[in-house]
Amino acid sequence: MNLKKTMLITAALTSTAALSAFAGSHGGKTATASGEMLGNTCAGCHGPRGNSFGPAIPTIAGNAATYLSDKMKAYKSGDAPSSIMGNIAKGYSDAEIDAMAGYFSKQAYKPMAQKHDAAMAKAGKKLHDKYCEKCHSEAGTLADDESGLLSGQWMPYLEYSLADFQSGAANAPKKMATKLKKLHKKEGAAGIEKLIHYYGSAK
Amino acid sequence: MSNFTRRNFLQVSGAAAAATTVGFGHSVLAGSHGGSKGKVVIVGGGIGGATAARYIKYADSKIDVTIIEPNKHYYTCFTSNEVLGGNRSMDSIKFSYEHLKKMGVKVIHDVATVVEAKQVVTQKNGKVTFDKCIVSPGVDFKFMHGQTAANAETDLPHAWKAGSQTMLLRKQLESMKDGGTVVISPPTNPFRCPPGPAERISQIAWYLKNNKPKSKIIAIDPKAKFSKQGLFVQGWKKHYSLGEGKMIEYRHQTAIEEIDIKTKTVVAGVDEIKADVLNVIPAQKAGKIAFASGLTEGDWCPVNHKTFESTKMKNVYVIGDSSVASPMPKSGYACNSQAKVAAAAIVAALHGKDAPHPSYVNTCYSAITPTDGISVSMVYNFADGKIGKVKGSGGLSSADASEEERKRTVKYAHSWFTNITADSFGR
Ligand SMILES: Cc1cc2nc3c(=O)[nH]c(=O)nc-3n(C[C@H](O)[C@H](O)[C@H](O)COP(=O)(O)OP(=O)(O)OC[C@H]3O[C@@H](n4cnc5c(N)ncnc54)[C@H](O)[C@@H]3O)c2cc1C
Ligand code: HEC
Ligand code: HEC
Repeated sequence: MNLKKTMLITAALTSTAALSAFAGSHGGKTATASGEMLGNTCAGCHGPRGNSFGPAIPTIAGNAATYLSDKMKAYKSGDAPSSIMGNIAKGYSDAEIDAMAGYFSKQAYKPMAQKHDAAMAKAGKKLHDKYCEKCHSEAGTLADDESGLLSGQWMPYLEYSLADFQSGAANAPKKMATKLKKLHKKEGAAGIEKLIHYYGSAK
Repeated sequence: MSNFTRRNFLQVSGAAAAATTVGFGHSVLAGSHGGSKGKVVIVGGGIGGATAARYIKYADSKIDVTIIEPNKHYYTCFTSNEVLGGNRSMDSIKFSYEHLKKMGVKVIHDVATVVEAKQVVTQKNGKVTFDKCIVSPGVDFKFMHGQTAANAETDLPHAWKAGSQTMLLRKQLESMKDGGTVVISPPTNPFRCPPGPAERISQIAWYLKNNKPKSKIIAIDPKAKFSKQGLFVQGWKKHYSLGEGKMIEYRHQTAIEEIDIKTKTVVAGVDEIKADVLNVIPAQKAGKIAFASGLTEGDWCPVNHKTFESTKMKNVYVIGDSSVASPMPKSGYACNSQAKVAAAAIVAALHGKDAPHPSYVNTCYSAITPTDGISVSMVYNFADGKIGKVKGSGGLSSADASEEERKRTVKYAHSWFTNITADSFGR
């Protein structure tokens, strides 16, 4: 193979790869949209490729596909409380939800540095290690835990989310609910605040 | 994808490579440097144009993308009402093209005068050739009763395109006396941002309540109803007051018949109303270039809903406010969503592939006060050759939403603003 031809094929290879990702590799035959096409519609609210610039809408990039799928299905059924996601999630079949979840799980997670109180963050780390690290390991950045990313997530969103778990508006997994209760008993509302500052201190 | 082996991948790619040299011929390679996959020219660097440019570059950075846009900065219409309410600065709604340029997008600051078969004619930069062209010029206005493009800049701002007129209207509100009357006249359908006029009324009411509480707003609307009406009316009653002689008076099915520009007096129905600040939002139509290029049917541009390719002109794609995409409304969210569908269709076409199956979303957030937010949303699919609403999806935020949820909604609206502008202009 001469050099020119090799280059042409290489170029075609790269562009075909790029294209197939964009077009969802269906070649237009199936009548459902690809995970990327579906996922693109979320970016207006959740940020380019699911990384939110805040201040409150959560980043969804880089979460485990199962976590994202389950959450979307919970919004769809009404099991998870929401201001708008219920209305959005009802627009998709379970297969479409799985396709989007697959797409967002493959996008790199970009933790967001936020204004935080260093002393509170330091105290929050201790609380995290004691109460939360077991299921939210590596400071809550390991997608494989399938428990939602915490460090680098938007602080106002974590505040809402934790408030809903505590009020009972949202159902936390049983063991997490127990930990939250214990934490609240020992540390009060300030304990939660400290955790949030810790998650906001990620770089 | 299951039987997609490396072997037939290579075969397919070989065929694609052959097609690149034979099929596309010189049109793809024309005017572009080595390795280019074709040339896309985008008329209008607003929400539609900027988003399309980004998503084409995301998919294939080798595609040559040029935006033609007269202004060095873009001011978003969305959230410009918060500037009027005194809740936001002009700087916070100002965006440049620097991040797009960093992605390799070329930006020519000029006005396009006409789109022809394979080229765009500009005012100062001659002709710019393309393989594919995207037209996203927003709206143009049907001025009436003596309001003109010129006096809208000095005296009678519509502020339905953000920028100098937003500032002018804000200044007029600031210099109005307490006890003054603001007259706002929403346009007839269809127009950009259906909930926009009511959001504007809310924001101005917020400003008046906190600064000039004896003042009032009279809306003169030719239509019988408006978007998110129930939620707005609920909010107006709660935070302001609604009815004749109240802070907000909303007159339906009443059209302005005459304007005395000097005294800002309008004749509407049986009444003559002297306004201190007059904000007449004219009826709308597709951007001027769409008419000059033969892309319109009536006031707007018909398109193929799978690709947004014009049904009047091949290789030209019309997105955003100028296109006919109903049931999608003319909104920034809809336009951002459409831009990605068009970008995917164009990238596919430049690679000799079919357009992928599309999907679209719209959302409009509105802040009735800085702590009371509402929303309307919808998911759309492509079925039977056109855009349709997905049954059971979307709709209004709940009228019974708690105070906490409404407070969160304003925060979410601000996140939406940061994210959609990042998704369009980069950051
Ligand atoms: C007060 C107000 C509030 C709004 N609020 C919301 C909201 O909350 N949510 C929402 O989703 N939407 C909202 N919108 C609607 C949203 O702003 C528009 O739907 C959106 O901007 C449409 O994008 P576009 O690309 O079609 O046009 P635009 O964003 O207007 O961009 C058009 C661009 O094309 C350029 N142009 C025009 N003609 C030419 C030419 N001949 N040559 C070169 N360049 C040209 C213009 O300079 C402009 O930069 C609001 C609108 C208003 C007015
Ligand atoms: C109009 C803005 C908007 C759009 C569009 C939107 N979202 Fe959301 N999303 C939110 C908000 C706000 C929340 C917080 C829950 C709520 O109040 O609805 C959220 C929460 C989520 C969460 C929970 C994240 C977590 O870790 O707890 C997921 C997952 C999600 N959205 C996925 C999606 C997907 C997928 C799409 C595209 C189909 C999408 N969203 C479209 C605004 C939006
Ligand atoms: C027993 C395991 C477990 C423990 C312990 C636990 N969590 Fe969780 N957590 C989960 C799982 C699983 C989910 C995801 C499922 C869900 O949302 O219901 C989750 C979800 C969350 C979420 C929502 C994520 C998001 O992005 O919306 C937050 C916030 C959270 N946990 C915080 C905490 C904090 C803080 C602690 C410690 C006080 C903690 N969790 C302890 C298992 C746990």
